[in-house]
Amino acid sequence: MSIKVLIPTPLRPYAGKQSVIEVTAQTVGEALSDVVAKHPDLRKHLFSEDGKLRSFVNVYLNDEDIRYLNKDATPVKETDTVTIVPSVAGGR
Amino acid sequence: MALKIPVELYDQLRQHGEATYPHECCGVLVGEFDEAGEKVVRAVVQCGNTRTDSPQNRYHISPLELVRIQREALLAGHDIVGFYHSHPDHPARWSSTDLAEAHWTGSSYVITSVENGRAVLTNSFILLDREEAKHFEDELLEVIEHQPMYCRTKPI
Repeated sequence: MSIKVLIPTPLRPYAGKQSVIEVTAQTVGEALSDVVAKHPDLRKHLFSEDGKLRSFVNVYLNDEDIRYLNKDATPVKETDTVTIVPSVAGGR
Repeated sequence: MALKIPVELYDQLRQHGEATYPHECCGVLVGEFDEAGEKVVRAVVQCGNTRTDSPQNRYHISPLELVRIQREALLAGHDIVGFYHSHPDHPARWSSTDLAEAHWTGSSYVITSVENGRAVLTNSFILLDREEAKHFEDELLEVIEHQPMYCRTKPI
């Protein structure tokens, strides 16, 4: 099925400058794979060399962090939105 | 490159730093990239600081808040163009922690020094380059009152 993946501003240069990418997927993992297949330059910005999501990259299915769902295997449905958000933190 | 912000929003983010003193405040700058590629702030979204273990010198924005803000911004035809936080009793310069924890390349990171509860300096820094070579550069912060725009502060 077709779902939307929202791309944050820092990753858009590697995603054809698109803020939303439509992908065909049954799971969150397939959605991310489809995004990377369409835009290979995104891979190294999303995944480390061992293929895991980089530590500062958060992936949400609607309002849920996929780490607390079934991670890559989390199933998606037609109306779902996957959102990629790098973390925001710091301090003096 | 510059970050342009209406004066009422500029005041709002500075007042946020005063309100949370002696803790760090944090929030998101929502806006747009204009024709020249410069960023214009249209809304300041205050966020909670989830670093309750050390809020006087650390901040962290809940990813869920970021997800919701990004989603609403896109629906409104806007984008996340930057972030802000305060440095209680500390200069308005980025720290090694700020750089290590910054991942939004091209975005503005606005820092306000708050001394004894009063906002003093507000500076903006732009994060550049890929993760492995990332660095901050000073960024002109233009406070917009009415047209024509004028420059109220600039990075020191």
